[in-house]
Amino acid sequence: MKFSGKRRKFLTETARTAAGVGVAALMMGFYTRQSRALPADAIRPPGAIDEDSFLGACIRCGLCVIDCPYETLSLAAAGDDVALGTPYFTARNIPCEMCQDIPCIKACPTGALDHGLEKIDDARMGLAVVIDQEACIAFQGLRCEVCFNICPIRGKAIDLDYRHNARSGKHALFIPIVHSDACTGCGKCEQACILEQAAIKVMPLSLAKGQMQGHYRLGWEEKEKAGGSLIDTEDKHEYNLPSGSRYDYEGEGLIPGEGNDVPFSDNPLDTLNGLKEGM
Amino acid sequence: MANSKAVQPGTDAIAAKGWIAAHKWLILRRISQLGILGLFLLGPLAGIWIIKGNLASSLTLDVLPLTDPYVLIQSVLAGQRPIQTAITGAVIITVFYLLVGGRTYCSWLCPINIITDAAAWLRNKLSLKGGATFSKNSRFWLLGVTLLLALMSGTIAWELVNPVSMVFRGLIFGMGMAWGIVLAIFLLDLLVSKRAWCGSLCPVGAFYSLLGHTSLLRVSAAHRENCNDCMDCFVVCPEHQVIKPALKEIPTGTGPVILFSQCTNCGRCIDVCSENVFQFDFRFNNTKTTSVANKHEVLS
Ligand code: SF4
Ligand code: SF4
Ligand code: SF4
Ligand code: SF4
Ligand code: SF4
Repeated sequence: MKFSGKRRKFLTETARTAAGVGVAALMMGFYTRQSRALPADAIRPPGAIDEDSFLGACIRCGLCVIDCPYETLSLAAAGDDVALGTPYFTARNIPCEMCQDIPCIKACPTGALDHGLEKIDDARMGLAVVIDQEACIAFQGLRCEVCFNICPIRGKAIDLDYRHNARSGKHALFIPIVHSDACTGCGKCEQACILEQAAIKVMPLSLAKGQMQGHYRLGWEEKEKAGGSLIDTEDKHEYNLPSGSRYDYEGEGLIPGEGNDVPFSDNPLDTLNGLKEGM
Repeated sequence: MANSKAVQPGTDAIAAKGWIAAHKWLILRRISQLGILGLFLLGPLAGIWIIKGNLASSLTLDVLPLTDPYVLIQSVLAGQRPIQTAITGAVIITVFYLLVGGRTYCSWLCPINIITDAAAWLRNKLSLKGGATFSKNSRFWLLGVTLLLALMSGTIAWELVNPVSMVFRGLIFGMGMAWGIVLAIFLLDLLVSKRAWCGSLCPVGAFYSLLGHTSLLRVSAAHRENCNDCMDCFVVCPEHQVIKPALKEIPTGTGPVILFSQCTNCGRCIDVCSENVFQFDFRFNNTKTTSVANKHEVLS
């Protein structure tokens, strides 16, 4: 088959365009994949739907940014690590003040920010985590509690846990504990942390949260639900103790370096073999 | 001025009508482009909130929502159900461009247009010729790619690289490295190919061109019998292929109205014509004038 000059030109032209467009499409495709990754310190506004959907729903208009009275939010500019044009904030710089009327969501013309979110306390922008217990001075026995005091919903989202100070032997530690069922991830605590690098940081929920396997049951909770023990209580409860330690059942607890009157050797194989013998 | 290459198009028109009249629509367009950008900037810069947002979606005087239908379609393809505000805004914009011509977006609103116009002007001034050629259809293919990517990735992928929104949004919310894109497009149009970006590649322009396919407001070579073949309109027009049928095909009975939706309604052809051949007109004025032209032929 022979092509006339005109037809040939048309075909080469089309092929050339298709090839060029194909390359552009591939490059855009790869770039799209890459830019899905959100840096851990970039927090989406309250009510933001899950990240994958967010990138399909947010049309990058910036209305949320404009209506935030605290200038918390910004739109990612070209060259930022956050997907171009999408709103985010960095808690350490300007956290979310948890406005009761949530103007950022009201401003959003799309479903990128969930208009069903009515109470700011139900927002889950992330989760605060005391991520460096070596640096947090509360763990050294010093009084701080700044993160606790700054929290707009302290007592629910963050508590102080009083613990024994083993170093001094007579003081208490006031340990900040964040509760994931209440923390909104507003980042006020991270911003307020007095350290040069915050020891408490808001992390994306996907990074911060662990999750038990669905079939795990906690015995004491099940017991409470059932109104009594679900198994026959054992005659004698046995503990696997570290070698060279003793357990005082009357309240002293684990006593290291004091004889070994447990019925187990420190070699677990002996225990297993012993069981076999007993059978 | 068909005989002198170095002379800028419109020289005759300036001589005939004066500089202002020979740049009337250009000036009005720049006022429109910069004015609208200025309105958006008044809020962040001066605290005067007339329009909030950017071209993707905006809120005027706290009541009028406007949404770019192109970005909304991508969002829908990405699997998101738009809420009422966005739909209302997109319908208003769609109706507007159905009336005034889709690519009016290009020449009266888009910030990139100022850059590509500047590149075309300089290219002409320096008499730069040749370079690569891109098929004028590439933009429609690329438009398809952006829609397909949204569908496949579930994200508005095109918005990660779209120079139009990147620059307009950047000017309001922070440019970052978007100046690089501005420079790249300028150099592309100046050195690689004439009118490469807006004339061949930009999917935004392609979308609005399709949107304005049957638009009411058109440019018409109403007085085409006065054309003195200076070719200035062809040189200055960003989509020069749209002019010829309306201007030159009187014998075939083609009407004087430029019906190609690629025409950006920029009005530069009106400006640079010393013989006042062109004017803004309505699409339906085509047949009427055609019959006049036909009568002309019958009479002669
Ligand atoms: S809740 Fe208030 S402070 Fe927080 S992002 Fe929204 S508008 Fe800004
Ligand atoms: S208002 Fe909504 S659509 Fe606009 S930038 Fe913010 S999240 Fe995105
Ligand atoms: S991020 Fe910090 S301040 Fe905000 S709710 Fe959680 S614990 Fe409180
Ligand atoms: S073709 Fe694209 S870049 Fe050019 S003016 Fe139109 S929208 Fe803007
Ligand atoms: S035909 Fe005239 S109005 Fe249309 S794009 Fe060309 S110069 Fe502009």
